[in-house]
Amino acid sequence: MTILLVALGAAVGAPLRYLTDRAVQTRHDSVFPWGTLTVNVAGSLLLGFLVGLPAGPAATAVLGTGFCGALTTYSTFSYETLRLVQTGARFAALANVLASVVVGLGAGFAGLALALALTA
Amino acid sequence: MSEFERPPIDPDVDLHVPAERRELRPRPWPVLAAISAGGVLGALARYGLQSAFPHPATGFPWATFGTNVSGCLLIGVLMVLVTQVWPGRALVRPFLGVGVLGGFTTFSTYVVDIQQAAVAGAARVALAYLALTLAGAMVAVWAGASLTSRLVRPGATAGRSPDEPTADPGGGGR
Repeated sequence: MTILLVALGAAVGAPLRYLTDRAVQTRHDSVFPWGTLTVNVAGSLLLGFLVGLPAGPAATAVLGTGFCGALTTYSTFSYETLRLVQTGARFAALANVLASVVVGLGAGFAGLALALALTA
Repeated sequence: MSEFERPPIDPDVDLHVPAERRELRPRPWPVLAAISAGGVLGALARYGLQSAFPHPATGFPWATFGTNVSGCLLIGVLMVLVTQVWPGRALVRPFLGVGVLGGFTTFSTYVVDIQQAAVAGAARVALAYLALTLAGAMVAVWAGASLTSRLVRPGATAGRSPDEPTADPGGGGR
């Protein structure tokens, strides 16, 4: 049962990452990977919120492990950073690493704090 | 310049690459279905590893660490193959790259595990996990792309095209 819930969440999360990335790039033409940063920050916010509630096992499987796990990505983030270094955009590469970690952690804590505030 | 000579920056989708800009036309479903199916496989593999190697809140999240670092190695390998060996295969990148590897690796669990370790009082575990994942991922993606490039085209380095400058004087990268 848990496997089905994880699969269901991932079936939606992975294509949503792709569509969000396209939508962000359509509106914001830049060398900086704003689309990937957007999904990683949004997924971190939601997972922080789910952990803070805390959500039950079924909601954690479908929304946390499945949806947030597939919406967010480390492979895309690392490859983009490598490509930015290779194309000479070293400042953008460093900014991508710092922004992803700092804003991602901030979003995770914001989600956690929001859940604690709502359940207090 | 052919659209395949310079690999994309964003492996999920890079609208600067004409073939990727067009890939939802005329019908979006083949690409979206490939991404969805790949994402399910990747996420289930990640879930299997996390279930097999659970960690306490104050412990090092080895399963997710291994998932993210190995996924970064594989995206490096895959993107060289996609851009230099299989440039015409429309569903390989969506299925394996966006779907399987994107679904396998995770940024949200990385962030929340750091936070959980910090909240549980294991600040050193949190910092070590933060830094080792970052360093491991960057070395892995570079090694994957670099080694595959050498196997595919002897003389090339790190997934870079032979005609691509090391540094762009314009600073914009493209």
